[in-house]
Amino acid sequence: MAADYPEDLKYHPEHDWARIDTHAGTGGDVVAVFGVTWYAQDALGEVVFYDPPAVGSTVSKDGAYAEVESVKAVSDVFAPLSGEIVEVNEALSDSPEKINDDPYGDGWLVKVKLSDLSEIDQLLDVAAYRDLLS
Amino acid sequence: MSSAAETLHRTPLHDRHEAAGARLVPFAGWEMPVQYEGVRQEHMAVREAAGVFDVSHMGEIETRGPDAEAFLQRLLSNDVTKLAADGAQYSLLCREDGGVIDDLFTYRLPDGDGTRFLTVTNASNHERDFAWFAEHAEDFDVEVVDAIDRYAMLAVQGPDARAAVARIAAGELPARMRTVTLAVAGADCLVCGTGYTGEDGVEILAPPARAGEIWDALRAEGVVPAGLGARDTLRLEACFHLYGNDLSLDRNPIEAGLAWACKLDTGFIGAAALRNFEPAQLLVPFAFTGPGIPRQGNPVETAHGDGVVTSGSLSPCLDIGIGMAYLPADAATPGTPIEVDVRGKRRAAAVRSKPLYKP
Repeated sequence: MAADYPEDLKYHPEHDWARIDTHAGTGGDVVAVFGVTWYAQDALGEVVFYDPPAVGSTVSKDGAYAEVESVKAVSDVFAPLSGEIVEVNEALSDSPEKINDDPYGDGWLVKVKLSDLSEIDQLLDVAAYRDLLS
Repeated sequence: MSSAAETLHRTPLHDRHEAAGARLVPFAGWEMPVQYEGVRQEHMAVREAAGVFDVSHMGEIETRGPDAEAFLQRLLSNDVTKLAADGAQYSLLCREDGGVIDDLFTYRLPDGDGTRFLTVTNASNHERDFAWFAEHAEDFDVEVVDAIDRYAMLAVQGPDARAAVARIAAGELPARMRTVTLAVAGADCLVCGTGYTGEDGVEILAPPARAGEIWDALRAEGVVPAGLGARDTLRLEACFHLYGNDLSLDRNPIEAGLAWACKLDTGFIGAAALRNFEPAQLLVPFAFTGPGIPRQGNPVETAHGDGVVTSGSLSPCLDIGIGMAYLPADAATPGTPIEVDVRGKRRAAAVRSKPLYKP
C-alpha cells in the first residue's frame, strides 16, 4: 500500500490523526476520531497487539494514551486533542492488523468527546504534515 | 542518512538487501537488515519453507598450532577434545568468576590435521573476545588470528533449506553439528550443519567477494530473505540464548541453564567458580496465558520472589506473548504461574519447558 494522507484530517506531528465531526456528538458536543497515520504504521511494521484504553478515561493533547505493538517494537500513540474517550475500536483486539490495512478507516483507534476546541487550530493540515515528513 | 550511519560497517550483501527492500538498521556497529517484507512473514517462511539470513556481521577467530586444542580447552566451557575432526560445538567463554564473556560456536576445520579451529563470535563481542583469546594465547604454542574479514556468513534455515543449498552445492552437505568444505554456487565455502532457528539447515562461511553470487543462487532456488527481526523471534521460540539479553558478564552459565555446555573437569577459566554453585535464579522460558507481549526488562513477580524478563516477543507460530526470564530457582518449574509487569499492566503467564515451539 502506498503512502496516503487524506485531505479531510488534522495531523499531529507524532504521526497521529484526528477526524473532527461536529455533527456526531449530542447536545453540541464535538467528537473526534483518532488514529495513526500511514507513516506511523509503516514505520512500526505489522501491528500484532493493541490494547484499547478504557471508555470514560480522559486523554490530554500530546499525551500518550495507548500503545501499538509490532512483533519487535512498542510505539506510543499520542492524543492529537484533549477530551474523554467515548468509544474504542473493539475490533482491533482480534484484528490489530487493520491498523496497517486501513489506518484511516477500519483501523481507527478511539472516539473522543473534545474538551477544548481551541486546540484544533494547533494541528497540522495535510500539506503541513507532508512537509514534516519530507 | 546520518553521519553515524556512514561509519557503520556494511556486509558484502548490502546491495542485495537494498534491492530486496530491506529496512536497514544499526546493529553492533553494522548496518543490517531487520526485515524485508515483515517479521512475521519471514518467520513463517523459515518455519514452513526456507529463509536466508545475512549474518556476516558475526566475527570469526582462527586458532591454530600444536597447542590449539589445549588452548581452547582452557578458554571454552565445553570439552573441546570431544570435538570431532569435522565437528561443531557450542560453548561459553567465561571470566574467572564465571561471568559470560560470549557464547560461541567452534568448528574443528577439516583441513588442518585437527589443529585448526574456527570460533564464531557475536558481532558486539568480537573485539573483546579476540583480545581475550590473544591475551591468554601467550602461555600456549598457538596462533590466534582475527578472521572477521575473511568470511561472509549466510544462514539458510527451514525444512526446505538443505534441499535448496544442495541444488547449488558441488557435493554432500554436512550432517547436523558437522562441517564440510564445499563449493557453493562455485565458491569454496565452509558449510556447517548449524543454525539459530530450531529448524534444520546450514550456515555457509563464504569468501566475501562471492557472497553475492551465493545469495542470488539461493534466491533463485526460492529461498526467502529473512532479517534480524525474524532471526530473533525464531531463536526465542527455540529458546536459544541471545548474548546481551539472556547472557551477560553478570550471569554465569549455570544460572542461564547452560550447565550442559560446561564440562567442569576440563579446567576451563571459570570452572572453579561454577563448581558447587547453587543458583538463586534460573533463566526459564515462559508464555503468556492471556493478552500482551513481554519485553526485555519487564519485572516479573512470583510466589517465591521477583525476576526479570531478558527476552520477549510475540510468538508468530503460537500467537501469544513469549519470553525468557531470570526467576527465583523455586519458581523455575514448568507450569509455575507468574505475573509480568508490562509497562504497568500485570500480565498472566506460566513458566514453560524448552523449547517454546518445536518444529
